[in-house]
Amino acid sequence: MHEMSIAQSLIDILKEEMAKHGAGTLRSVRLHIGQLSAIVPDSLSFCFEVMTSDTEMEGAKLIIETIPLKGTCRECRLTFEIKDYTFECPECNSTEIDTIAGQNLSIVEMEVE
Amino acid sequence: MKISVVKNILEANDRIAQENRAIFDEKGLVVFNLMSSPGAGKTSLLEKTIDGLKDHIRMGVIEGDIQSSHDAERIAQKGIPVVQINTGGACHLDGNMIRDTFKDFDFDDLDLLVVENVGNLVCPAEFQVGEDFKVMILSVTEGADKPSKYPLMFHESKVLLINKTDLLPYVDCDIEVIKKEALRINPRMTLFEISCKTGEGLDAWYSWLKETVENRRADLKGK
Ligand SMILES: [Zn+2]
Repeated sequence: MHEMSIAQSLIDILKEEMAKHGAGTLRSVRLHIGQLSAIVPDSLSFCFEVMTSDTEMEGAKLIIETIPLKGTCRECRLTFEIKDYTFECPECNSTEIDTIAGQNLSIVEMEVE
Repeated sequence: MKISVVKNILEANDRIAQENRAIFDEKGLVVFNLMSSPGAGKTSLLEKTIDGLKDHIRMGVIEGDIQSSHDAERIAQKGIPVVQINTGGACHLDGNMIRDTFKDFDFDDLDLLVVENVGNLVCPAEFQVGEDFKVMILSVTEGADKPSKYPLMFHESKVLLINKTDLLPYVDCDIEVIKKEALRINPRMTLFEISCKTGEGLDAWYSWLKETVENRRADLKGK
């Protein structure tokens, strides 16, 4: 369950951001989780809930969006959705693919008071 | 009030991993992160590799375990530097844990440091430790559906060692399917079929590793 470590990193960043903005309450956080990442959204939400109880983040909603995996072909420059984790260009069959989306874990927005 | 903050959640760990990497590079040390399911043969592979390359490469090992120090003792018997990390329940090693071991090594006496991660196919893939590359082991008893179940680890690993090929006659497993699936998810992966029990296929792995370590060290010295 590495979602525990992920939740801790998330909480550390949120704390810092809240302090920076002088916020006392966290309403919600929007996360982008890449399709290729090994995170189970429900586990992350559960860990976050447990770890923030009795803190200024208690009750905050985690809004998790899964970002589809996308790549660009180095040969023909086509940008396409990488389906079923097949890293091959559907146009020219090249396997020289740069991943451009769907691998990161990021915070994109938070709502505070 | 809405605040937009675009931040990588793992940035704290990634930063420590980069700092670790800078230290390894400065010392001319090649580092790989070894990952697999429990029981796929990480420690056996290391024992063999230490023997196979002892005249060519000075190796050290970091052993990550949830609790015991059994694996570290096996490695220590080979007479090479080994440091045990007990993760205290955590399912993966992170950059900080690796940094804490630096005081226990003399990097000037090493060419290669192997980080044996905690045994599972999910969590270790997400956390960099400062490695040059990742190596994973899959045993033939685990089945050909593993690559599509754990795509991140397969996608991120430079090398896949398919272990326990001596068991192929006894298990319902098509090794060609494993290879095809792994290459679909990571077309640049280097694959080896090995048996730590019979020794079959290990020579090819040793040569690859020896050459990779030598080339990387030459690159680092040139900098
Ligand atoms: Zn193409």
